[in-house]
Amino acid sequence: MAKIVAGIATSHVPAVGHAVDSGKTQDAYWKPMFDGYEFSKKWVKDNPADVAIIVYNDHASYFGMEIMPTFALGIADSYAICDEGYGPRPIPDVEGAPELATHLAASLIMDDFDMTVLNVLEVDHGLTVPMSLMFGTPDTWPTKVIPLPVNVVMNPQPSGERCLSLGKAIKRAVEQFDEDLTVQIWGTGGMSHQIQGARAGLINLPWDIQFMDDLINQPEVLQYKPHLEYMIEAGSEGVELIMWLIMRGALGDKVNEVYRFNHVPASNTSVGHLILTPKED
Amino acid sequence: MKPNFEQYDDIPGTTIFTIEKAREGFHLNQFCMSLRSEENRTRFLADGPAYLAEWKMTDEQKQAVIDRDFQKMLDLGGNVYFLSKIFASEGLSYVEAVSTMTDMNVEEYQQMMINGGRSVEGWRSKKERGEA
Repeated sequence: MAKIVAGIATSHVPAVGHAVDSGKTQDAYWKPMFDGYEFSKKWVKDNPADVAIIVYNDHASYFGMEIMPTFALGIADSYAICDEGYGPRPIPDVEGAPELATHLAASLIMDDFDMTVLNVLEVDHGLTVPMSLMFGTPDTWPTKVIPLPVNVVMNPQPSGERCLSLGKAIKRAVEQFDEDLTVQIWGTGGMSHQIQGARAGLINLPWDIQFMDDLINQPEVLQYKPHLEYMIEAGSEGVELIMWLIMRGALGDKVNEVYRFNHVPASNTSVGHLILTPKED
Repeated sequence: MKPNFEQYDDIPGTTIFTIEKAREGFHLNQFCMSLRSEENRTRFLADGPAYLAEWKMTDEQKQAVIDRDFQKMLDLGGNVYFLSKIFASEGLSYVEAVSTMTDMNVEEYQQMMINGGRSVEGWRSKKERGEA
């Protein structure tokens, strides 16, 4: 059977992708942030997975306003890189995991999660920046990917309860897949940031750290945090953090904290990063 | 469940992109999406008003784009991820564009971020700030 072996959470700041692509990771501004991912790059090399389910949001890169799926799942063979207005990032296309993805989509729909099924998808920085952070700049990515885009751009976004439940359903579905595969689940986005209006630039590091603690120790409580609180305390774009709940739900009741990193700022954003593994009873 | 969009009105200096705002800004945001191709970016930068004339946007929305008044575009239903295609087409970063919506210049804004960002203290509520 397939098994979820780890959860990875990380911010997905577009300027981080630009820093990687333009060779600026060792500049004074960027070095402290990239240094915080050195442990993780080694860890994912030592603990490789066959497939990574990457929960992320599209930033008006592939999805316009014609269609705005709340939850979607990519079942394609591969995913091209979006042009987000600066030209596409010069990185390899992302290889899909169509068999597991198809099983997952069908299982989730039958479990009452009305996933939008994507046979075509171009991926943006929400998915590719985490890959650059974890894998660096390889010629081909070491892990196959199942993209799981979530609408966090247009309010109302899905509730925290729904996100945590979706994660639990993903865990069940993965474990019902017949092939022996190791699977990671990544929750991306956040942490506190606001990139619009007179309040732009908001950062709330104490709130971010508490969020991480609660995600690890009491997700069943955290799931009820209203979106209004994310917006007030962590900025209008901080609501992206609901995607971390999907990751957490897929790891089971208890987790081991393998690694934690925080850094302020990357561009307009508080960067947060976790590696968690399921704790066996 | 009945939507309660009014609950967001008290957050200062913030425009929440609700499904209602999304409807109001549909054509503005679709125009932004068109700038994902190099060919369209070139045409837009060469003659903005002519390019905008091809879109079913309101005159107010078009003027806000020409003025690069991002706060106005938010007010008229734009969302920052869509609007980013406008400043990306000119090679501007998020920090450069976002700072224009604050009362700081880009250097002051960048320094605020390096110093740890804007504190939430005093920025939780319009009522607290005497703005409502």
